[in-house]
Amino acid sequence: MFAYAVRRLLSAIPTLFIIITLAFFMMRLAPGGPFDREKQLPPEIEANILRAYNLDKPVHEQYFDYLKNIIRGDFGPSYKYLDFTVTDLILTGFPVSLRLGLYAIILAVVVGVSAGTFAALKQNSTFDYLVMVFAMTGIVIPNFVMAPLLALVFGVYLSLLPVAGWGEGALKYQLLPVITLALPQIAYIARLTRGSMVEVMNSNFIRTARAKGLAEKIVVVRHALRGGLLPVVSYLGPATAAVITGSVVIESIFDVPGIGRYFVNGALNRDYPVVMGVVIFYAVLIIVLNLLVDLVYGFLDPRVKVE
Amino acid sequence: MERTVRASWRRLSLGALTVVALMVTASMVLAGGTLRVASMGEPASLDPHKVSGTWENYVVGDMFIGLTTENPKAEPIPGVAESWTISEDGKTYTFTLRECSWSDGTPMTAHDFVFSMQRILDPATAAEYASLLYIIEGAEAVNKGEAKPESLSVKAIDDRTLEIKLTGPAPYFLALLTHYTAYPVPRHVIEKVGKEWTKPQNMVVNGPYKLVEWIPNTHVKLTKNDKYWDAASLSLDNLTFYTQEDRAAVQKRFRAGEIDVAMDFASDQIDWLRKNMPKETRIAPYMGIYYYPINSSVEPFTDVRIRNALSMAINREAIVDKVLKTGELAAYSFVPPGVAYYDQPAEVEWKDVPYGERVKKAKELLAEAGYGPDNPLEFTLRYNTSENHKRIAVAVVSMWKAIGVKAELFNSEVKVHYADLKQGDFQVARAGWIADYNDAQNFLYLLETRTGANNYGRYSNPEFDQLMLDAEVTSDLEKRSEMMRKAETLAMRDQPVIPIYHYVSKNLVSQNVVGFEDNPQDIHRWRYVSLK
Repeated sequence: MFAYAVRRLLSAIPTLFIIITLAFFMMRLAPGGPFDREKQLPPEIEANILRAYNLDKPVHEQYFDYLKNIIRGDFGPSYKYLDFTVTDLILTGFPVSLRLGLYAIILAVVVGVSAGTFAALKQNSTFDYLVMVFAMTGIVIPNFVMAPLLALVFGVYLSLLPVAGWGEGALKYQLLPVITLALPQIAYIARLTRGSMVEVMNSNFIRTARAKGLAEKIVVVRHALRGGLLPVVSYLGPATAAVITGSVVIESIFDVPGIGRYFVNGALNRDYPVVMGVVIFYAVLIIVLNLLVDLVYGFLDPRVKVE
Repeated sequence: MERTVRASWRRLSLGALTVVALMVTASMVLAGGTLRVASMGEPASLDPHKVSGTWENYVVGDMFIGLTTENPKAEPIPGVAESWTISEDGKTYTFTLRECSWSDGTPMTAHDFVFSMQRILDPATAAEYASLLYIIEGAEAVNKGEAKPESLSVKAIDDRTLEIKLTGPAPYFLALLTHYTAYPVPRHVIEKVGKEWTKPQNMVVNGPYKLVEWIPNTHVKLTKNDKYWDAASLSLDNLTFYTQEDRAAVQKRFRAGEIDVAMDFASDQIDWLRKNMPKETRIAPYMGIYYYPINSSVEPFTDVRIRNALSMAINREAIVDKVLKTGELAAYSFVPPGVAYYDQPAEVEWKDVPYGERVKKAKELLAEAGYGPDNPLEFTLRYNTSENHKRIAVAVVSMWKAIGVKAELFNSEVKVHYADLKQGDFQVARAGWIADYNDAQNFLYLLETRTGANNYGRYSNPEFDQLMLDAEVTSDLEKRSEMMRKAETLAMRDQPVIPIYHYVSKNLVSQNVVGFEDNPQDIHRWRYVSLK
């Protein structure tokens, strides 16, 4: 299995290279430069700045310089956050995004799987319909609507939780962002679990288990869930990546100092090194998460061999 | 005898006790505490030579103090310079510095200022705002890499005497010195740690507050600098700046009492704010102009009649009263009213003509230029993404429709918008300008030929240029003002830009905050502020 993992990681190198190349040139193709603004810079000052960042060289030279630098682990300076390097920014932002993402995904799995399972066991009951209505609502309402709504209710009207901010990561600051981030995932996981559980509960091996006279609890937890969770597990890889990388909107609304904010601001500011750094970071993250999912799959389903 | 002495002692100590008690209560009301400010933007840097925005000024402006500084009304007052003399021709300033030190105890000298000015103008520093100091002799050549930084005419006569020579008499120079480009930076630290000098463990300042912590995209925390020469006058112990830009979120935090001062709010909130938080909502005239430059280098906009017709047809009062609603001032001049050393700004001739007649006149002008119902004037109006820019553009286009002009709207994000304006790739576009210092020259230079990129519309009028050049070398304030006014009159006749409105500053200030004064530059130094 170790050899498999190494092989998968090695094969990711060409993928990464293509991503880096595409991102690099697409960034440069975007109209407007990092130093265009309402108060235009006098030409001599713009020349000084371009020289300071090596932006006065031809693009292909900049590209090779960039490749050389990232091999050395140097992601360059940010054009917008002058006192920090791209690595500084990612290192300060990522733990925050990771924490939010992990809490959200744990919450989503716990609530989503339980709700989905109960809904499947009590198929077509009021509970089942409630769960599915909730799930559809969760999927349909975008997080940029949900976030201000929750902030308004819990922060302003009820004054129970802070409206925004991070407060050095205190729990009360994390609640709203984590819940907002988890809601659509809860909904999605609940639907997935329900669907797959309904199918599994009707399959032959469950009938056998019941025929053996096993308690219903054991049938569900030990036999049905294992099979029922497979689609959820394969969904978890992309979901975790989506939750960690996709908290961009939520990070802006709740003023959370995560990595997603750098991505959006970097793109708007034409802060090339920041965008490149985050793209590479996200690409690596997604590759690793997908690999992890494949490995976990091997444990859950003996028919899948990761050799 | 003895008894009386003892009695008076007792009375005295009682008196002293009362005084102490009074002082304690007074300090409970006024001194100490942490002020929480939403500065509406993440600082690009805390190095005053590398910043360029108002949101950074709110932070660095209390970390550093220049030769001159601002009072609560943002008027220039002595800073590190205790006093100064100005030569007869208005070109040489000699400053006497007060005895003071950096926050690490190192004494401050005139050499610190020499180092700082050379540093910001050194091309290797790549300072965005260096051109603001071009009024200093030799500055432009140094910044262009044509001369050595040492050739700059900023000299330390001795540790406490500094001499600065200018290229021309600039009555705004003392105001300019309050700007962050002219702040001193600690040579002894920068030479030791280089770029890392703005990190909390290294950063040394000369102003009232010093850096404790900076978490990017979260907050900047400052605390009182005990080595500041006037530390005894400071009421606040700490300052926290929240750098979030989202105005809706900031307003929510303000409502929830998590923020004491917010340096902006969304104009569409004004009705709600006026109704629910009238005392906290602070609106004041702001030194800036919202305008539409017309590209007068392309056909048919080379025709002054067309430019005037487009300008006349805009009902500015409708825009400020119906669209904006936040007390902005309809603009008929390029320079806003109330600028220092400048009489009433020169307004367009037709300002007082009733709107109906103006529309008629605009139609006539267009007809003279060869445009009419069969041959309508068609062009594109560009604006950068923002709800207000869009609402104004839509209103303007419909006003133009009334004179038979077909304008199409074109929206792009801010970087693309200004890149196109810089290239001259537009016909009519939205732009704005906030003054860097309180002087008409800071507005009018935007219309000079030599200004280059910031003169978006490529307006070029030799007469205008000459008046501005003459004003630059005139030491007589009256004459200087007169020349600039003449220049503005020409520009208003030619209408290379359509002035639309003069900005207002929009702040939310909690009723617990004492000493926050509205001023036309919207500059607020927290050292004058205290909490109830």
